[in-house]
Amino acid sequence: MDWFPLGNSLRIALLSSVIVFFLGIFAAYYIAKLPKIIKGVLDVILTLPLVLPPTVVGYFLLLLLGVNRPLGQLLKEQGIQFVMTWQGGVITASVVAFPLMYRTARGAFESFDETLSYSGQTLGLSNTYIFWRIRMPYCRQGIIAGSVLAFARALGEYGATSMLVGYTPGKTATISTTVYQLWRTGDNAGATKWVLLNLAISAVVLLIVNIMEKGQNDWRRAKC
Amino acid sequence: MLEVKIEKKVGSFHLRVDIQTKEGITGILGPSGCGKSMTLRCIAGIETPDTGRIVLDGVTLFDSEKKINLPPQKRRVGYLFQNYALFPNMNVEKNILCGLHHLKDKAEKQKRLLEVAELLQLQGLEKQKVNQLSGGQQQRVALARILVNQPKLLLLDEPFSALDAHLSSKLQIEVKALLREYARPVLMVTHNRNEGYHMCEQMALMGEGKILTHKGTKEVFASPETITGALITGCKNIAAAKKCSDYEVEVPEWGIRLETKEAVREDLQAIGIRAHYFGPKVKSNRYSVQQTGMMEEPFEWIIQFKYVDQNPQSKDLWWRIPKDRFPGEMPEELGISPVNVLCLYSEAEK
Repeated sequence: MDWFPLGNSLRIALLSSVIVFFLGIFAAYYIAKLPKIIKGVLDVILTLPLVLPPTVVGYFLLLLLGVNRPLGQLLKEQGIQFVMTWQGGVITASVVAFPLMYRTARGAFESFDETLSYSGQTLGLSNTYIFWRIRMPYCRQGIIAGSVLAFARALGEYGATSMLVGYTPGKTATISTTVYQLWRTGDNAGATKWVLLNLAISAVVLLIVNIMEKGQNDWRRAKC
Repeated sequence: MLEVKIEKKVGSFHLRVDIQTKEGITGILGPSGCGKSMTLRCIAGIETPDTGRIVLDGVTLFDSEKKINLPPQKRRVGYLFQNYALFPNMNVEKNILCGLHHLKDKAEKQKRLLEVAELLQLQGLEKQKVNQLSGGQQQRVALARILVNQPKLLLLDEPFSALDAHLSSKLQIEVKALLREYARPVLMVTHNRNEGYHMCEQMALMGEGKILTHKGTKEVFASPETITGALITGCKNIAAAKKCSDYEVEVPEWGIRLETKEAVREDLQAIGIRAHYFGPKVKSNRYSVQQTGMMEEPFEWIIQFKYVDQNPQSKDLWWRIPKDRFPGEMPEELGISPVNVLCLYSEAEK
């Protein structure tokens, strides 16, 4: 059995989770501070990938990054190509998973007690220190939940990836595109193997979330 | 020394604060939403006034004309929040020391920790999680965390309101002793007049974004100057009044004239009489009264009454008397000593 799709899926999911983690958190933090109208508009734009069909997202990405497009050509001159490469898979997974991280992080930040931040400031703590050492630990439940959701979504990404990246065995194949490809070519046994593997990974992820949530609840309970 | 002269508009609310304080504890007493906390936030740099100046010990913290606005981190102003704002993810020691995290000298840190832990009786609690502390302990940790940074000014925002009554009075005594030792200016806001009276040497009354009066605490209560001031200090009986002569006023609503101790100014608006200050045996300002109601408290009677010639539409007056001094049945007449007739003037004057 060719294990490439597993490694490829994991590297795409991990890399895009890291990207989405930082982008989502900073978007959530800075957008929360903006005036209402701008906030509303940005919120809609940033959440769209969540509700749009993934193929539509893929289509937009093709319009933007296609080799004949201005941006795509500019990147190509730099030796970067997203169409038909696994790096393109990181882009599609990030775009699709971003809203999950952004929205959960924003919810978590909104529940943050701002007086903690003010008291940190009057104690002479820098805003960076307050962000990473007080705000993030306080909101960690939401942040962790968002990251896990984003990771799971990135791992299962199919639609946009199939548009931008396609399926090339040993080059861009992921678990989800492999399942489709094997089933299409009548290899049901091969597809089943990958389906079972996918189920196992999802179960482990959910298990980790549950364990973390339990720890979190104990911590929260102790707080009261 | 702290000098504050600021203005800030938020919606229809207009904050106009002009106050100077020296050493010791100065209180700002006022109802909820009068702008007390916003004033503290402006001084600490959490909020920015529209215009004005804030100067602490010769250092300009804020000046709208010179475009100076120091960030809270550089102001050296300690701020005790109403809910203490301890960081739940850190234990007591880390909470106290986080303000010193830039300090590399571990021995110095430890020394400062020991000092404040002793001052605030926190020995043995260093490794505790803050969520396992009682309300009083949380307050002491919050104070320790502030004092370890050696601020030049201390701001206390309703410091006792999160505690139950018994603990609150015990802590007021402790905190007052501590702050006396600390010998830096302290500005404390509260809506509780007893708390303010216990703690503060100087007192400012605040109503609707404006400082109405600022003087010694006792003088503020003896002469609150304005109707709002009288209400804030807990005066129950207030009625419109006119000047008759230098030491006499007429209260049409109550159908009586009252003799005063202080000379009455032309712009008199109203008079106030505290519920405790009526006396069945007082000879002056004595008029016939009729009881209209009664309310029992653990140690006092509250008696509602009207003067015989009082406008029937107007509100009842309140008389409070300790149970052991109540004469048994309602006296026919009540008097008021002239010194207890509070003359109240227009706020625009100030």
